[in-house]
Amino acid sequence: MTSPRLSRRSILQAGTAAATLGSTGLLLAQPKPVKIGLVHPVSGALAYNGGQSRLGAQMAIDDLNAAGGVKAMGGAKFEAVLGDSQSRPEVGVSEVERMQQEGVSAYVGCFSSAIALAATQAAAKYNTPFMIDVGVSDSLMTRGLKNVFRLAPGNGRSVDDAFIGLSEVNKAAGGVAKTAVIVHEDSEFGTNTAKILAAKLTGIGITVKDTLKHATPTRDFSNLVLRIKSIKPDLVIMSNYQNEYVLLARTMYQQKVELAGLFTVLGGGMNYKFIKEMPEVAEYIMDFNHWCNPKDPRAVEMRKRVEATGHPFTFEVYCAYNSVKCYADAVQRAGTNDKEKVIAALAASTWSDHFMPYEATKFVDGQNVGGRAVLLQATKTDINVVWPDKYAQTKAVFPRPKRS
Amino acid sequence: MDLSIIGAAAINGLLLGGVYTLVASGLTLIYGVLHIINFAHGSLLMLAMFGVYFLLTMAGVDPYLSLVIMVPAMYVLGYLLYRFVIGRFASGKDENILLITLGLSILIENLALMFFKGDSRTISVSYIDDMVQVGPTLVSLPKIISFVAAIALCAALGLVIKYTDIGKSIRAVARERMGARLVGINVDRIFAISYGIGIATLGAAACLLMPIFYVSPTTGQVFIMVAFTVVVLGGMGSFAGALVGGLIVGLTESFGGLFLGESLGQIGISLIFILILLLRPTGLFGAKR
Repeated sequence: MTSPRLSRRSILQAGTAAATLGSTGLLLAQPKPVKIGLVHPVSGALAYNGGQSRLGAQMAIDDLNAAGGVKAMGGAKFEAVLGDSQSRPEVGVSEVERMQQEGVSAYVGCFSSAIALAATQAAAKYNTPFMIDVGVSDSLMTRGLKNVFRLAPGNGRSVDDAFIGLSEVNKAAGGVAKTAVIVHEDSEFGTNTAKILAAKLTGIGITVKDTLKHATPTRDFSNLVLRIKSIKPDLVIMSNYQNEYVLLARTMYQQKVELAGLFTVLGGGMNYKFIKEMPEVAEYIMDFNHWCNPKDPRAVEMRKRVEATGHPFTFEVYCAYNSVKCYADAVQRAGTNDKEKVIAALAASTWSDHFMPYEATKFVDGQNVGGRAVLLQATKTDINVVWPDKYAQTKAVFPRPKRS
Repeated sequence: MDLSIIGAAAINGLLLGGVYTLVASGLTLIYGVLHIINFAHGSLLMLAMFGVYFLLTMAGVDPYLSLVIMVPAMYVLGYLLYRFVIGRFASGKDENILLITLGLSILIENLALMFFKGDSRTISVSYIDDMVQVGPTLVSLPKIISFVAAIALCAALGLVIKYTDIGKSIRAVARERMGARLVGINVDRIFAISYGIGIATLGAAACLLMPIFYVSPTTGQVFIMVAFTVVVLGGMGSFAGALVGGLIVGLTESFGGLFLGESLGQIGISLIFILILLLRPTGLFGAKR
């Protein structure tokens, strides 16, 4: 067999054609990807939550690319640059710096407010857009950083709304809850939240009969529950981290404490895992927290997709998912990933293609003022939205049925 | 304050003390008899608790049934750890052992974090929320079981040390290492066996703890300081001391929590630790050397 001969003329013709096409960009038609730095804690104490956040962000990037990428940029694809803050603020900062060297156009993170405070500050030096997916501290949005945006509500708004919700649920039940005991962990988080909670409870006509604090970790809640039993409050309001949340709820269940309701705001332990592991304990607990709009078919579809991967459908997943998509919308409208232009596009954003219980986005000083949490109540098998009515799947069971 | 609450707090304190005794009994053997400050005790407890968790969730083995798997498994792990890691790198120096067990603890915790992730897990079995009326209070059945088991465990360990050949060898090595070697006792082997027995008790503690507690990579830290306090209070190497010490610490924490509040109440444990070191360094049941 002989190989076909290439004449000098045909080689020259091919070379000329390639040079011509290349110079006009026709052979280099694949545009540069838009890199998004994911600054989540995928190791350390917050590893679980960080892993869930990363999953949501990556699903959004996959969906955006499958839909053709940034059409205004010739179909440029989004690309995740993965980071790990190791649940530590200083590592979050070094990840921001590393990703900057890798040429990211934006960041998404950080699950924890403490990490987000440091990481957003670092990103501000480069004026790189930073979408906070989860991180509730109000101080994140009051530092005048033009590059920082948050789709979900902050702590202050969540607590305000939580008590409007509790008040309405209580009124609908004939005002059965008149007294409460607050149980909080004794660090800054629990103590400060307890102070806010006490003031809010008084504001809706509920008397705080006692405020009980505990250390983190606490090995046994038997005595604390004995005291709650002796006070006989209508409500117990908890503010603590996941392990103590679960242990305290379980001890109250075991000790047969009769309450109108057990209520938490941004409760660390309220998730599908808790319900799966302790359905009897979790039943009727109410929590005011980040959640998706359960009536939106896209949320239902997303839940199926996430659960098919073997992961629970937690708020971290869809908060990260929608934060990435909100950024992508701004890039699309700006027609570029130029940081200044994207920040301007985000500031003017009226994005509504999400499945959260929010209206179209409206950012004021970076905070989406339409972002809100909802009142949830656990059943033995699921978590339902019970307030506000617009998003409620069912009515709250309040007061909870007596066990005896 | 209502008398029934005080009675209930006493019962809760005793039951909590039983839990502490479970964790401290192995430590008193390792720390007291062999003078090894085993910083890896907490992380090995955590590892055993994950073992119980996975035996239930993946193979359907009841936590109490998993005693027959976890106790030998932890014994083998402890034996091998001493034989191939602690003993080998310690070169006979106590300060080396301290650093090695500390290093082991960091390694085990971080490996657990890598493989099991940071979230806590609890188990679900039918009897987990069964309650028994004891005097003025309701007490969870698994807590009563762990209390009884703690007493049985201390008695069994005491009998093994007192009457078996291995026990006599352990006591001989603890008293006079050189003399034991001279009468033909393989000291390195006895060290490994003692460490193995100490870690095997964690296997038992894990099976009894899982129905009442949660496990996460940092669970060991929740118990380790209390376990050291119990050992110092009871007297190093004394199983009766571990039992009495555990109960005293449990009662202190319970009443401290009741009268001073849960967060301040825990200072009682630290206070006991300091007072015992000052007033009776050998502990309540510790022999003077």
